[in-house]
Amino acid sequence: MRNPADDRGGGLLLHIRDLTVEYGQRGRPAFRALTGINLDIGTQETVGLVGESGAGKSTLGRAVLGITPVNSGTIHFAGRDITDARARERRQLSRELQVVFQDPYSSLNPTRTIGQTLSETLAVHEPLSRRELEARVHKMLARVGLPPDAAARFPGDFSGGQRQRIAIARALMVEPQLVICDEPVSALDLSVQAQVLNLLRELQQDLHVSYLFVSHDLAVVKYVSHRIVVLYRGRIVEEGDAAAIYGHPLHPYTQTLLNAAPVPDPVRQKKRREARLAQPGDPANSTPSHAGCVFTERCPHASNICRTEEPHLQESRGRTRVACHHWREIAATHNGRAADHEDSDT
Amino acid sequence: MSAGFLRRLLRRPVAIACLVYLVLVVLVAIIAPIVLPNVATQNAGNLLEVRLGPSLHHLLGTDDLGRDVLQRLLVGTRVTMLAVAEATVVSLVIGVSFGLVAGFFGGWIDSVVTWLGDLTFSMPWIVVLLVVLAVFPQDLTATMVVFGVLLSPGVMRVVRSAVLAIANELYVVAARVSGLTRTYIITRHVLPRIAGAIIVQAALVAAGALIGESALAVLNLIVVAPAPSWGGMIADGVNQIVLDPWLIWPPGLAVIFTILALGLLSNAARDASSERWSRPAHIVKRRTRRGGSAGQNGIGRLGSESEALLTVEGVTVTVGTPPTTNLIEDVGFAIHPGEAVAIVGESGCGKSVTAMSILGLLPGTVEITSGHVVFDGLDLAACGENQLRQIRGSDIALIPQEPIVSLDPVFRVGTQIADVVRRHEHCSRRAAKRRALELLERVRLPDPKRIARRYPHELSGGMAQRTAIARALAGSPRLLIADEPTTALDVTVQAEILDLLREIQTSQQMAILLVTHDWGVVADLCQRAVVMYAGQVIEHADVSSVFREPLHPYTAALLAADPHHASEDELLPTIPGSVPIPGRWPAGCHFHPRCQYAAADCRKAAVPVISPRNDHETRCIHHEDLLATA
Amino acid sequence: MGVVLILVVSAISFVLLALTPGNAAQALLGPQGTHQEYLALRRQLGLNLPLYEQYWNWLRTAMAGNLGTSVISGASVGSQISSRLPVTLSLVIGSLLVSAIIGTGLGVISSVRRGVVDRVLDAIGLVGFAVPSFWAGAVLIAIFAVDLKWLPATGYTPISQSVSGWLESLVLPVLALSLGMIAVIAKQTRDTMLDVLASEHIKAAWASGLSPSTIYLKYGLKNAGMTVMTITGVQAVGLLGGTVVVEAIFAMPGLGSLLVNATATHDLPVVQGVVVVFTALIVAINLLIDLTYAALNPRVRTV
Repeated sequence: MRNPADDRGGGLLLHIRDLTVEYGQRGRPAFRALTGINLDIGTQETVGLVGESGAGKSTLGRAVLGITPVNSGTIHFAGRDITDARARERRQLSRELQVVFQDPYSSLNPTRTIGQTLSETLAVHEPLSRRELEARVHKMLARVGLPPDAAARFPGDFSGGQRQRIAIARALMVEPQLVICDEPVSALDLSVQAQVLNLLRELQQDLHVSYLFVSHDLAVVKYVSHRIVVLYRGRIVEEGDAAAIYGHPLHPYTQTLLNAAPVPDPVRQKKRREARLAQPGDPANSTPSHAGCVFTERCPHASNICRTEEPHLQESRGRTRVACHHWREIAATHNGRAADHEDSDT
Repeated sequence: MSAGFLRRLLRRPVAIACLVYLVLVVLVAIIAPIVLPNVATQNAGNLLEVRLGPSLHHLLGTDDLGRDVLQRLLVGTRVTMLAVAEATVVSLVIGVSFGLVAGFFGGWIDSVVTWLGDLTFSMPWIVVLLVVLAVFPQDLTATMVVFGVLLSPGVMRVVRSAVLAIANELYVVAARVSGLTRTYIITRHVLPRIAGAIIVQAALVAAGALIGESALAVLNLIVVAPAPSWGGMIADGVNQIVLDPWLIWPPGLAVIFTILALGLLSNAARDASSERWSRPAHIVKRRTRRGGSAGQNGIGRLGSESEALLTVEGVTVTVGTPPTTNLIEDVGFAIHPGEAVAIVGESGCGKSVTAMSILGLLPGTVEITSGHVVFDGLDLAACGENQLRQIRGSDIALIPQEPIVSLDPVFRVGTQIADVVRRHEHCSRRAAKRRALELLERVRLPDPKRIARRYPHELSGGMAQRTAIARALAGSPRLLIADEPTTALDVTVQAEILDLLREIQTSQQMAILLVTHDWGVVADLCQRAVVMYAGQVIEHADVSSVFREPLHPYTAALLAADPHHASEDELLPTIPGSVPIPGRWPAGCHFHPRCQYAAADCRKAAVPVISPRNDHETRCIHHEDLLATA
Repeated sequence: MGVVLILVVSAISFVLLALTPGNAAQALLGPQGTHQEYLALRRQLGLNLPLYEQYWNWLRTAMAGNLGTSVISGASVGSQISSRLPVTLSLVIGSLLVSAIIGTGLGVISSVRRGVVDRVLDAIGLVGFAVPSFWAGAVLIAIFAVDLKWLPATGYTPISQSVSGWLESLVLPVLALSLGMIAVIAKQTRDTMLDVLASEHIKAAWASGLSPSTIYLKYGLKNAGMTVMTITGVQAVGLLGGTVVVEAIFAMPGLGSLLVNATATHDLPVVQGVVVVFTALIVAINLLIDLTYAALNPRVRTV
């Protein structure tokens, strides 16, 4: 996918600097969900946020939306600092910043009609007559592929895929500039997922909206995103152009992630599996308690410096950045195996 | 209050009856003292007619002072109802407002309010009321007001937890993000949802106040004589219990019926406010099935049938009492020892039902109505519950979908595994414990002793799934049925679990039936694939054939929709329409409305399973067209 | 929490009682006493001190174990309470045990064997909730004591005197108190068991081939036990209220009737003493419930 970030003029839409979020309860040591996150999103751009459970990807989305409080760092949206935005500012912000959640079954109020749910968002920001509201609701329903009579029905009448389309409709009613998509297709079947992904892409073209696309599924993320950010335990370990990261992952964790995900091709999968098992690596378990790289315990290439010094994101060749002390050596040996991933770029 | 709730409430005849009764009581309370003005001051009636039982002249008899019981009962309604109303109103006002505040604002406000509520709730109500009566003797109003305060924590707790539950629900979060104000959210989203809960609490408080008023009257602490009240009349009756036992019945029944009406109304309100929630059916003991007739054509005769470990043939599973709906129909496939077979499909295709039906683990009214499930020469579909119990765990074992939830939360995992061991090997407790540790080691868990002492919620997803696999192996089965075993796990953990299953498969010649929706998992672990759509098997072949050359348009379309094969510059190919639900399956081929190769013969009659290639079955009569365009 | 509760409740009752117009001194002297005698008696009883000082004095002596003496009868409050405590305890513990055992049993049976038992339980549940315990007691007296003359209508026989007499005197009152609680506990047990039996881990237990008795009685009951315990705890608080009235109906010399009498005669020390003991009883029951809950529910323990 061509990267419109290359030709974006003007300012960034979302600009996050050095973000840290901690969760804590009385008397318990605080849990660091995110540490020192830097992230940018431009106009009409999709940035995919990838990681496993506990990586902090949902936390990041929630911090941008103001649902989770921030410990340090800044979040700028369209030039404005929204890190500690209060309720009134959040309300104004909601015209430009919206969300689509993962669970299509609980993100819609079961006792309100679709029409009510869709129009109440719009009514907050624009003084429209009832007829105008109705017209806009019907227009949006048509755009997401639902019949106009859906407006009078309740969420219970619709399937998971249809509800997710309604959730997308709700988010886009106000034609925002950025939509946080928190695992929007994870709960959907494969064929339904394809429909929803297509819808997101089409709407991006029509409405020039940007997405922060949070997901654990690398294949999906690679398909929808211009750029990918890989999170591990609250830190960015690798980021950059989506195709580059998917085809030539440089960070050991990204490689682990890609190697572990099975591909729907028995012959290739067998080869990949054998390559994966040939590499030593510890199972996902321990919590690091030292100052160095977060991935040390699981990393087959870890050395002393990894235990003591935390790596920072550095430019690699190509359009990616990686936080690893040994990425060059790893890339040299990994080049042979990288051929497997390149096949998928057809 | 949302109109929907009222409508649902009034649709129940019980609720209407209760409301009518309660309205009548209120009417009597208002009207009776007006119509019968002398009763309240009547000190004695006709002293010649004391303690008479019911008669035409006195429908409910007379009391010890010759007064007509029915008249006193009617007039006494007002005093009693007034007392109940006082207590109820006070408790609702306090309870609802504090509950809303605590639930919505949270933080220290919530802590303080909750603490106060707990304190008040723990106070022995009768003691406090007695103290109040000591200070304000005979003052019913003061007592009832204090009673209302004492009962308010119950209301507050319910309102608070309802608000908390709703405030955290995604759609409220979404509403907040959408920019709606807090007041709007409370009035439009929260209050309508808790209206039902408030009614339930109000009814309970009213019932409690009624009992309280009577109790205090029985204790002779509230004597408003000669004016009657229900409680006072019960007190009179208790005093006369030896001479005239009848006297306690009229006022007692009045109290009982009113409380019953309140109780039934609150039950109805609770049912009406929850969203058509039906309790998930629990597994009922199976009656012995009559030997099912073989299905139409779907016979899993692939591979050498005589060697097959499990053969499913023409199985149809239905739900409901007649008229029944088919959940799966004419399902057939075979599994051989040491073979991993995948049942693949999207949600609603019936893959889980198929897997569960093999073990007879179908809930409620779901049952196999035809076909055979032959395991080791025995038709499981025709077996009774006792026979099936012998098979479960010891020949065929289940690895459920969500590992942590599938383990009992209040027992240590070691105990749970040991229980299964003891069941199947009939050994001593110590031997079972040893074997449990062996099994935990077998599934590659580090430090099995420590894990065995843990509770499920203390384990990670991966560890819990390994434990569940250990439990499945406890009976030394020959076939493992794994129902989406890695769906809830991270991808790196999934890889490890699949590695473990593969290792078990090769080292123990274990057959595995894997239910999944993930084609990557199918490609990684399985040798054969059974593809299901809308309750039917539509393709069945070895895995490489299915991927390389699918012979059914649905399989082909599904594989094409996978983002792994996607090209960045194009949209994903999708299948128009959506999956039909059981009961709405099209006639003929279930897929034809969505299929680009559909022709007239696809719509007409049920499509049989055919075998155009060796070892490759399909339920499509136009697969040649599909191959031509591929 | 428990200690705070006792303090708060005793303080409230102390203040309220002390504020009442008319006090013990007046009650003792009667209308004949002169004003001089009244003042003297007041000083003697310590009633002329400021309120907080009175409360503090009472608290100090109470902590030392001395609950004072009854203003009306002169007997020590402590001795009055201890002589009547066994009666109330017999009633409370007896009713709790009977209700818990029968209620849980009924609930489990009804959850396992559905059908007719279900409907019966629903009906009993509703009735049990609606019938006040004291009224049920009166009916029981009418039937079993007055009509059939099988059991005594009133009175209490201490266990030291005669075990069978003790049991006889307890049957009707305990039955009256238990009827309502059995209904509530049975219904709650059944509802909770049904929910538990539909859970994923029970389904997995069936799949592993365990016997039905193991599943129902070991896994099912333990999971349901927690909720049932909590409900029983809530019921216990209401039980104390019912006990007071039942003691009045059956003329049993327990703490309840002591309290009622003392309230009517403004016998402050006695009221204080009984209030404290009652509250302590509630605290003790709640503590027991909490401990049992923690023993059953491992998730609470790791906190």
